[in-house]
Amino acid sequence: MGGLDGLILPLEGGAWPPGEHSFASRPLFPGVLPDWVNNHVAQAVIGAVLVILFWLWMARGQSVVPGKKQTFGELAYDFVRNGIARDILGPEFRKYLPLLLTLFSFILVNNLFGQFALFMFPTFSKIGFAWGLALVAWLVYNGAGIKKHGLFGYLKHATLPAGVPKFLWPLIIPLEFLSNIIVRPLTLGLRLFANLFAGHLVIVVFVVGGTMLLSTADQMGTAFPVPLLNVAGVVSILFSFAIFALELLVGSIQAYIFTVLTAQYVSSAIAEDH
Amino acid sequence: MLPLAGESPLGPLLPEHPEELYVGIVLFLIILAVMWKVVVPMFEKTYAERTAAIQGGIQKAEAAQAEAAAALEEYKAQLSSAREEASRIREEAKTQGAAIVADMRQQATEESSRLLANAKAQIEAERAAAVNSLRSEIGGLAITLAGRIVGESLDDDERARRTVDRFIADLETQSVEQA
Repeated sequence: MGGLDGLILPLEGGAWPPGEHSFASRPLFPGVLPDWVNNHVAQAVIGAVLVILFWLWMARGQSVVPGKKQTFGELAYDFVRNGIARDILGPEFRKYLPLLLTLFSFILVNNLFGQFALFMFPTFSKIGFAWGLALVAWLVYNGAGIKKHGLFGYLKHATLPAGVPKFLWPLIIPLEFLSNIIVRPLTLGLRLFANLFAGHLVIVVFVVGGTMLLSTADQMGTAFPVPLLNVAGVVSILFSFAIFALELLVGSIQAYIFTVLTAQYVSSAIAEDH
Repeated sequence: MLPLAGESPLGPLLPEHPEELYVGIVLFLIILAVMWKVVVPMFEKTYAERTAAIQGGIQKAEAAQAEAAAALEEYKAQLSSAREEASRIREEAKTQGAAIVADMRQQATEESSRLLANAKAQIEAERAAAVNSLRSEIGGLAITLAGRIVGESLDDDERARRTVDRFIADLETQSVEQA
Protein backbone atom coordinates (compact mmCIF):
# COMPACT_ATOMS: atom_id res chain seq x y z
CA MET A 1 0.00 0.00 0.00
CA GLY A 2 1.51 3.29 -1.05
CA GLY A 3 0.86 6.56 -2.81
CA LEU A 4 -2.75 7.58 -3.17
CA ASP A 5 -4.02 4.30 -1.69
CA GLY A 6 -2.55 5.41 1.61
CA LEU A 7 -4.20 8.82 1.35
CA ILE A 8 -7.71 7.79 0.46
CA LEU A 9 -8.74 4.86 2.60
CA PRO A 10 -11.33 6.16 4.99
CA LEU A 11 -12.44 4.61 8.21
CA GLU A 12 -10.91 1.23 7.75
CA GLY A 13 -11.97 -1.13 10.47
CA GLY A 14 -8.65 -1.80 12.09
CA ALA A 15 -8.50 -3.53 15.39
CA TRP A 16 -11.53 -3.48 17.63
CA PRO A 17 -12.16 -1.57 19.89
CA PRO A 18 -11.21 1.77 18.32
CA GLY A 19 -8.56 3.66 20.22
CA GLU A 20 -5.35 5.55 19.70
CA HIS A 21 -4.45 3.13 16.93
CA SER A 22 -7.45 4.39 14.93
CA PHE A 23 -5.51 7.61 14.52
CA ALA A 24 -2.31 5.99 13.31
CA SER A 25 -0.96 7.48 10.11
CA ARG A 26 -0.22 5.59 6.91
CA PRO A 27 3.07 6.53 5.26
CA LEU A 28 2.44 7.41 1.64
CA PHE A 29 5.71 6.03 0.33
CA PRO A 30 7.04 3.66 2.97
CA GLY A 31 10.74 3.05 2.59
CA VAL A 32 11.07 5.72 -0.11
CA LEU A 33 10.22 8.84 1.85
CA PRO A 34 10.36 9.18 5.66
CA ASP A 35 7.37 7.97 7.62
CA TRP A 36 6.17 11.45 8.44
CA VAL A 37 5.18 11.94 4.79
CA ASN A 38 1.87 10.32 5.56
CA ASN A 39 -1.81 10.71 4.79
CA HIS A 40 -2.31 13.24 7.59
CA VAL A 41 0.45 15.54 6.39
CA ALA A 42 -0.88 15.18 2.84
CA GLN A 43 -4.37 16.20 3.83
CA ALA A 44 -3.01 19.13 5.82
CA VAL A 45 -1.19 20.26 2.67
CA ILE A 46 -4.34 19.78 0.60
CA GLY A 47 -6.27 21.76 3.19
CA ALA A 48 -3.77 24.61 2.98
CA VAL A 49 -3.94 24.59 -0.82
CA LEU A 50 -7.73 24.65 -0.71
CA VAL A 51 -7.69 27.58 1.72
CA ILE A 52 -5.27 29.55 -0.46
CA LEU A 53 -7.21 28.79 -3.65
CA PHE A 54 -10.50 29.71 -2.01
CA TRP A 55 -9.27 33.09 -0.84
CA LEU A 56 -7.43 33.89 -4.05
CA TRP A 57 -10.56 33.03 -6.00
CA MET A 58 -12.66 35.22 -3.73
CA ALA A 59 -10.19 38.09 -3.87
CA ARG A 60 -9.96 38.03 -7.67
CA GLY A 61 -11.87 40.49 -9.80
CA GLN A 62 -13.53 42.36 -6.99
CA SER A 63 -15.65 45.39 -7.74
CA VAL A 64 -17.21 48.11 -5.67
CA VAL A 65 -20.64 46.65 -6.33
CA PRO A 66 -20.31 42.97 -5.40
CA GLY A 67 -21.70 40.10 -7.44
CA LYS A 68 -22.87 36.78 -6.03
CA LYS A 69 -19.40 35.29 -5.62
CA GLN A 70 -17.99 38.41 -4.06
CA THR A 71 -20.93 38.69 -1.69
CA PHE A 72 -20.21 35.20 -0.45
CA GLY A 73 -16.50 35.96 -0.15
CA GLU A 74 -17.18 39.14 1.76
CA LEU A 75 -19.58 37.30 4.04
CA ALA A 76 -16.81 34.86 4.97
CA TYR A 77 -14.21 37.61 5.17
CA ASP A 78 -16.40 39.88 7.29
CA PHE A 79 -17.22 37.01 9.63
CA VAL A 80 -13.60 37.04 10.75
CA ARG A 81 -12.87 40.71 10.04
CA ASN A 82 -15.85 42.28 11.78
CA GLY A 83 -17.14 39.44 13.91
CA ILE A 84 -13.83 38.47 15.48
CA ALA A 85 -10.96 40.83 14.71
CA ARG A 86 -12.66 44.21 14.95
CA ASP A 87 -14.91 43.29 17.85
CA ILE A 88 -12.07 42.01 20.01
CA LEU A 89 -9.04 43.99 18.89
CA GLY A 90 -10.67 47.33 18.20
CA PRO A 91 -8.95 49.86 15.93
CA GLU A 92 -5.72 47.83 15.70
CA PHE A 93 -7.42 44.84 14.14
CA ARG A 94 -5.99 45.31 10.63
CA LYS A 95 -2.55 44.18 11.72
CA TYR A 96 -3.83 40.85 13.03
CA LEU A 97 -6.49 40.23 10.40
CA PRO A 98 -4.34 38.03 8.10
CA LEU A 99 -3.32 35.91 11.08
CA LEU A 100 -6.88 35.41 12.28
CA LEU A 101 -8.19 34.71 8.79
CA THR A 102 -5.47 32.13 8.29
CA LEU A 103 -6.14 30.43 11.61
CA PHE A 104 -9.87 30.31 11.09
CA SER A 105 -9.93 29.07 7.52
CA PHE A 106 -7.07 26.59 7.92
CA ILE A 107 -8.58 25.03 11.05
CA LEU A 108 -12.12 25.04 9.62
CA VAL A 109 -11.16 23.28 6.41
CA ASN A 110 -9.10 20.67 8.21
CA ASN A 111 -11.87 20.06 10.74
CA LEU A 112 -14.39 19.59 7.96
CA PHE A 113 -12.11 16.91 6.50
CA GLY A 114 -13.44 14.78 9.37
CA GLN A 115 -16.75 14.61 7.54
CA PHE A 116 -15.35 14.82 4.02
CA ALA A 117 -15.79 11.53 2.20
CA LEU A 118 -12.28 11.30 0.78
CA PHE A 119 -10.43 11.62 4.06
CA MET A 120 -12.93 11.07 6.88
CA PHE A 121 -10.29 12.31 9.25
CA PRO A 122 -9.96 15.68 11.02
CA THR A 123 -6.34 16.74 10.68
CA PHE A 124 -6.22 18.42 14.06
CA SER A 125 -7.04 15.20 15.87
CA LYS A 126 -3.31 14.68 15.38
CA ILE A 127 -1.97 16.76 18.20
CA GLY A 128 1.22 17.79 16.39
CA PHE A 129 -0.75 20.10 14.08
CA ALA A 130 -2.68 21.53 17.01
CA TRP A 131 0.54 22.16 18.96
CA GLY A 132 1.94 23.92 15.90
CA LEU A 133 -0.89 26.42 15.73
CA ALA A 134 -0.94 26.85 19.51
CA LEU A 135 2.75 27.68 19.38
CA VAL A 136 2.09 30.24 16.66
CA ALA A 137 -0.66 31.82 18.75
CA TRP A 138 1.60 31.84 21.83
CA LEU A 139 4.43 33.53 19.94
CA VAL A 140 2.08 36.08 18.41
CA TYR A 141 0.33 37.23 21.56
CA ASN A 142 3.46 37.33 23.67
CA GLY A 143 5.36 39.02 20.87
CA ALA A 144 2.62 41.61 20.51
CA GLY A 145 2.68 42.25 24.27
CA ILE A 146 6.47 42.57 24.41
CA LYS A 147 6.47 44.87 21.41
CA LYS A 148 3.91 47.10 23.06
CA HIS A 149 5.10 47.15 26.69
CA GLY A 150 8.73 45.99 26.49
CA LEU A 151 9.83 42.66 27.96
CA PHE A 152 9.57 43.57 31.65
CA GLY A 153 6.65 45.86 31.11
CA TYR A 154 4.82 43.00 29.43
CA LEU A 155 5.73 40.52 32.16
CA LYS A 156 4.39 42.93 34.74
CA HIS A 157 1.33 43.60 32.61
CA ALA A 158 0.68 39.88 32.15
CA THR A 159 1.36 38.68 35.67
CA LEU A 160 0.18 41.50 37.90
CA PRO A 161 -3.35 42.79 37.57
CA ALA A 162 -3.72 46.40 38.64
CA GLY A 163 -4.83 47.09 42.19
CA VAL A 164 -3.63 43.88 43.84
CA PRO A 165 -2.39 44.59 47.40
CA LYS A 166 1.30 43.95 47.95
CA PHE A 167 0.95 41.08 50.37
CA LEU A 168 -0.91 39.08 47.70
CA TRP A 169 1.84 39.53 45.11
CA PRO A 170 3.70 36.30 45.97
CA LEU A 171 0.48 34.43 45.35
CA ILE A 172 -0.88 36.31 42.37
CA ILE A 173 2.26 36.67 40.26
CA PRO A 174 3.04 32.93 39.93
CA LEU A 175 -0.63 32.16 39.39
CA GLU A 176 -1.05 34.76 36.68
CA PHE A 177 2.20 33.74 35.04
CA LEU A 178 1.06 30.13 34.98
CA SER A 179 -2.35 31.06 33.70
CA ASN A 180 -1.37 33.64 31.07
CA ILE A 181 1.97 32.40 29.82
CA ILE A 182 1.98 28.63 30.29
CA VAL A 183 -1.58 27.35 30.39
CA ARG A 184 -3.03 29.42 27.55
CA PRO A 185 -1.15 27.72 24.69
CA LEU A 186 -1.63 24.31 26.30
CA THR A 187 -5.39 24.76 26.55
CA LEU A 188 -5.53 26.20 23.04
CA GLY A 189 -3.84 23.17 21.55
CA LEU A 190 -5.52 20.62 23.79
CA ARG A 191 -9.01 22.02 23.27
CA LEU A 192 -8.71 21.82 19.50
CA PHE A 193 -7.10 18.41 19.54
CA ALA A 194 -9.34 16.80 22.17
CA ASN A 195 -12.62 17.91 20.61
CA LEU A 196 -11.70 16.46 17.24
CA PHE A 197 -10.02 13.40 18.65
CA ALA A 198 -13.06 12.54 20.74
CA GLY A 199 -15.46 13.31 17.93
CA HIS A 200 -13.62 11.17 15.47
CA LEU A 201 -13.36 8.36 18.01
CA VAL A 202 -17.11 8.42 18.58
CA ILE A 203 -17.72 8.31 14.84
CA VAL A 204 -15.38 5.37 14.45
CA VAL A 205 -17.11 3.56 17.28
CA PHE A 206 -20.53 3.98 15.74
CA VAL A 207 -19.59 3.35 12.14
CA VAL A 208 -17.08 0.54 12.56
CA GLY A 209 -18.95 -1.02 15.45
CA GLY A 210 -22.23 -0.72 13.59
CA THR A 211 -20.71 -2.30 10.50
CA MET A 212 -19.36 -5.16 12.57
CA LEU A 213 -22.72 -5.71 14.27
CA LEU A 214 -24.60 -5.49 10.98
CA SER A 215 -22.41 -7.96 9.18
CA THR A 216 -21.80 -10.45 11.96
CA ALA A 217 -22.87 -14.01 11.48
CA ASP A 218 -22.02 -15.35 14.89
CA GLN A 219 -22.75 -14.20 18.38
CA MET A 220 -19.30 -12.69 18.87
CA GLY A 221 -19.17 -14.31 22.27
CA THR A 222 -22.19 -12.44 23.57
CA ALA A 223 -25.47 -13.73 24.87
CA PHE A 224 -27.42 -11.82 22.22
CA PRO A 225 -28.87 -13.57 19.17
CA VAL A 226 -27.46 -12.64 15.77
CA PRO A 227 -30.61 -10.82 14.42
CA LEU A 228 -30.63 -8.55 17.43
CA LEU A 229 -26.99 -7.73 16.90
CA ASN A 230 -27.74 -6.91 13.24
CA VAL A 231 -30.60 -4.59 14.23
CA ALA A 232 -28.33 -2.88 16.73
CA GLY A 233 -25.85 -2.39 13.87
CA VAL A 234 -28.51 -0.63 11.76
CA VAL A 235 -29.41 1.66 14.66
CA SER A 236 -25.76 2.34 15.28
CA ILE A 237 -25.11 3.32 11.65
CA LEU A 238 -28.20 5.53 11.58
CA PHE A 239 -27.11 7.19 14.79
CA SER A 240 -23.69 7.87 13.34
CA PHE A 241 -25.33 10.35 10.94
CA ALA A 242 -26.44 12.43 13.91
CA ILE A 243 -22.90 12.24 15.25
CA PHE A 244 -21.58 13.41 11.87
CA ALA A 245 -23.89 16.42 12.03
CA LEU A 246 -22.75 17.12 15.55
CA GLU A 247 -19.13 16.88 14.45
CA LEU A 248 -19.73 19.41 11.67
CA LEU A 249 -20.94 21.78 14.36
CA VAL A 250 -18.08 20.95 16.73
CA GLY A 251 -15.47 21.36 14.00
CA SER A 252 -16.81 24.79 13.02
CA ILE A 253 -17.11 25.91 16.63
CA GLN A 254 -13.56 24.84 17.42
CA ALA A 255 -12.20 26.78 14.47
CA TYR A 256 -14.13 29.80 15.70
CA ILE A 257 -13.05 29.37 19.33
CA PHE A 258 -9.38 28.98 18.46
CA THR A 259 -9.51 32.19 16.43
CA VAL A 260 -11.50 34.13 19.01
CA LEU A 261 -9.21 33.07 21.86
CA THR A 262 -6.10 33.98 19.89
CA ALA A 263 -7.57 37.41 19.22
CA GLN A 264 -8.55 37.67 22.87
CA TYR A 265 -5.04 36.80 24.06
CA VAL A 266 -3.53 39.37 21.69
CA SER A 267 -6.04 41.93 22.87
CA SER A 268 -5.26 41.35 26.55
CA ALA A 269 -1.52 41.38 25.84
CA ILE A 270 -1.61 44.77 24.10
CA ALA A 271 -4.26 46.30 26.36
CA GLU A 272 -3.38 49.47 28.24
CA ASP A 273 -3.18 49.17 31.99
CA HIS A 274 -6.09 50.80 33.73
CA MET B 1 -5.92 -4.37 22.76
CA LEU B 2 -4.02 -1.08 22.21
CA PRO B 3 -1.34 -2.27 19.88
CA LEU B 4 0.43 0.96 19.02
CA ALA B 5 4.15 0.41 19.22
CA GLY B 6 6.32 2.76 21.24
CA GLU B 7 3.35 4.23 23.06
CA SER B 8 4.32 6.91 25.56
CA PRO B 9 2.62 7.60 28.90
CA LEU B 10 1.20 10.76 27.35
CA GLY B 11 -0.60 8.70 24.71
CA PRO B 12 -2.07 10.79 21.90
CA LEU B 13 -0.95 14.00 23.61
CA LEU B 14 2.47 13.60 22.04
CA PRO B 15 2.71 13.97 18.29
CA GLU B 16 3.09 10.71 16.42
CA HIS B 17 5.75 12.41 14.33
CA PRO B 18 7.35 15.68 15.49
CA GLU B 19 7.22 16.72 11.82
CA GLU B 20 3.47 17.19 12.19
CA LEU B 21 4.24 20.26 14.25
CA TYR B 22 6.65 21.70 11.70
CA VAL B 23 4.34 20.91 8.80
CA GLY B 24 1.49 22.62 10.61
CA ILE B 25 3.56 25.75 11.25
CA VAL B 26 4.99 25.88 7.72
CA LEU B 27 1.57 25.47 6.13
CA PHE B 28 0.25 28.15 8.45
CA LEU B 29 3.05 30.52 7.43
CA ILE B 30 2.46 29.88 3.74
CA ILE B 31 -1.25 30.65 4.04
CA LEU B 32 -0.44 33.65 6.23
CA ALA B 33 1.89 35.05 3.57
CA VAL B 34 -0.80 34.76 0.90
CA MET B 35 -3.37 36.34 3.21
CA TRP B 36 -1.00 39.12 4.23
CA LYS B 37 0.27 40.03 0.80
CA VAL B 38 -2.66 39.31 -1.45
CA VAL B 39 -6.04 38.48 0.02
CA VAL B 40 -6.40 41.01 2.81
CA PRO B 41 -5.01 43.93 0.78
CA MET B 42 -7.38 43.12 -2.08
CA PHE B 43 -10.42 42.92 0.17
CA GLU B 44 -9.44 46.04 2.05
CA LYS B 45 -8.81 47.88 -1.22
CA THR B 46 -12.31 47.03 -2.36
CA TYR B 47 -13.73 48.16 0.97
CA ALA B 48 -11.77 51.40 0.82
CA GLU B 49 -12.96 51.99 -2.73
CA ARG B 50 -16.52 51.35 -1.67
CA THR B 51 -16.21 53.79 1.21
CA ALA B 52 -14.64 56.34 -1.09
CA ALA B 53 -17.37 55.83 -3.68
CA ILE B 54 -20.10 56.37 -1.10
CA GLN B 55 -18.36 59.36 0.44
CA GLY B 56 -17.50 60.68 -3.02
CA GLY B 57 -21.15 60.45 -4.04
CA ILE B 58 -22.18 62.42 -1.00
CA GLN B 59 -19.49 65.00 -1.61
CA LYS B 60 -20.47 65.25 -5.26
CA ALA B 61 -24.08 65.85 -4.33
CA GLU B 62 -23.03 68.47 -1.80
CA ALA B 63 -20.82 70.16 -4.38
CA ALA B 64 -23.66 70.16 -6.92
CA GLN B 65 -25.98 71.66 -4.36
CA ALA B 66 -23.46 74.36 -3.48
CA GLU B 67 -22.95 75.08 -7.16
CA ALA B 68 -26.67 75.39 -7.74
CA ALA B 69 -26.99 77.72 -4.76
CA ALA B 70 -24.11 79.82 -6.05
CA ALA B 71 -25.68 79.96 -9.52
CA LEU B 72 -28.99 81.05 -8.03
CA GLU B 73 -27.22 83.70 -5.99
CA GLU B 74 -25.38 84.94 -9.05
CA TYR B 75 -28.57 84.98 -11.10
CA LYS B 76 -30.34 86.95 -8.41
CA ALA B 77 -27.47 89.42 -8.19
CA GLN B 78 -27.43 89.79 -11.96
CA LEU B 79 -31.16 90.31 -12.01
CA SER B 80 -31.05 93.00 -9.37
CA SER B 81 -28.13 94.75 -11.02
CA ALA B 82 -29.97 94.61 -14.33
CA ARG B 83 -33.00 96.16 -12.65
CA GLU B 84 -30.86 98.89 -11.17
CA GLU B 85 -29.26 99.49 -14.52
CA ALA B 86 -32.63 99.71 -16.22
CA SER B 87 -34.00 102.18 -13.70
CA ARG B 88 -30.80 104.17 -13.89
CA ILE B 89 -31.08 104.32 -17.68
CA ARG B 90 -34.72 105.35 -17.43
CA GLU B 91 -33.81 108.07 -14.99
CA GLU B 92 -31.02 109.27 -17.24
CA ALA B 93 -33.31 109.32 -20.25
CA LYS B 94 -35.85 111.33 -18.33
CA THR B 95 -33.25 113.87 -17.29
CA GLN B 96 -31.80 113.97 -20.76
CA GLY B 97 -35.24 114.44 -22.30
CA ALA B 98 -36.01 117.27 -19.92
CA ALA B 99 -32.67 118.90 -20.69
CA ILE B 100 -33.27 118.56 -24.43
CA VAL B 101 -36.72 120.06 -24.14
CA ALA B 102 -35.39 122.97 -22.06
CA ASP B 103 -32.55 123.46 -24.51
CA MET B 104 -34.88 123.50 -27.48
CA ARG B 105 -37.21 125.86 -25.73
CA GLN B 106 -34.38 128.21 -25.00
CA GLN B 107 -33.12 128.00 -28.57
CA ALA B 108 -36.60 128.73 -29.89
CA THR B 109 -36.98 131.66 -27.56
CA GLU B 110 -33.62 133.04 -28.61
CA GLU B 111 -34.43 132.54 -32.27
CA SER B 112 -37.77 134.23 -31.97
CA SER B 113 -36.39 137.17 -30.07
CA ARG B 114 -33.58 137.42 -32.57
CA LEU B 115 -36.10 137.41 -35.44
CA LEU B 116 -38.19 139.96 -33.62
CA ALA B 117 -35.22 142.24 -33.10
CA ASN B 118 -34.23 141.93 -36.77
CA ALA B 119 -37.74 142.77 -37.86
CA LYS B 120 -37.90 145.72 -35.52
CA ALA B 121 -34.57 147.06 -36.77
CA GLN B 122 -35.63 146.60 -40.37
CA ILE B 123 -38.91 148.30 -39.71
CA GLU B 124 -37.12 151.13 -37.96
CA ALA B 125 -34.70 151.56 -40.87
CA GLU B 126 -37.49 151.48 -43.42
CA ARG B 127 -39.44 153.93 -41.39
CA ALA B 128 -36.43 156.27 -41.17
CA ALA B 129 -35.90 155.95 -44.91
CA ALA B 130 -39.58 156.62 -45.53
CA VAL B 131 -39.49 159.64 -43.24
CA ASN B 132 -36.49 161.01 -45.09
CA SER B 133 -37.98 160.53 -48.49
CA LEU B 134 -41.32 161.92 -47.31
CA ARG B 135 -39.61 164.89 -45.84
CA SER B 136 -37.95 165.84 -49.10
CA GLU B 137 -40.99 165.02 -51.24
CA ILE B 138 -43.39 166.84 -48.93
CA GLY B 139 -41.07 169.81 -48.91
CA GLY B 140 -41.12 170.02 -52.72
CA LEU B 141 -44.86 169.45 -52.91
CA ALA B 142 -45.62 171.94 -50.18
CA ILE B 143 -43.54 174.64 -51.81
CA THR B 144 -45.17 174.06 -55.15
CA LEU B 145 -48.55 174.10 -53.48
CA ALA B 146 -47.83 177.12 -51.45
CA GLY B 147 -46.38 178.89 -54.46
CA ARG B 148 -49.55 178.23 -56.37
CA ILE B 149 -51.71 179.35 -53.52
CA VAL B 150 -49.76 182.45 -52.66
CA GLY B 151 -48.90 183.09 -56.17
CA GLU B 152 -45.72 184.41 -55.09
CA SER B 153 -42.75 182.94 -56.53
CA LEU B 154 -40.81 181.07 -54.28
CA ASP B 155 -37.95 180.90 -56.53
CA ASP B 156 -35.93 182.70 -54.02
CA ASP B 157 -34.39 179.57 -52.75
CA GLU B 158 -33.21 181.07 -49.58
CA ARG B 159 -36.59 182.12 -48.48
CA ALA B 160 -38.26 178.96 -49.69
CA ARG B 161 -35.90 176.79 -47.83
CA ARG B 162 -36.44 178.76 -44.60
CA THR B 163 -40.19 178.58 -45.01
CA VAL B 164 -40.15 174.85 -45.58
CA ASP B 165 -37.98 174.25 -42.60
CA ARG B 166 -40.23 176.32 -40.41
CA PHE B 167 -43.22 174.44 -41.66
CA ILE B 168 -41.70 171.05 -41.10
CA ALA B 169 -40.57 171.99 -37.63
CA ASP B 170 -44.18 172.98 -36.91
CA LEU B 171 -45.37 169.74 -38.38
CA GLU B 172 -43.01 167.77 -36.24
CA THR B 173 -44.09 169.53 -33.05
CA GLN B 174 -47.67 168.92 -34.07
CA SER B 175 -47.14 165.23 -34.74
CA VAL B 176 -45.27 164.81 -31.49
CA GLU B 177 -48.12 166.50 -29.61
CA GLN B 178 -50.67 164.44 -31.45
CA ALA B 179 -48.76 161.29 -30.72
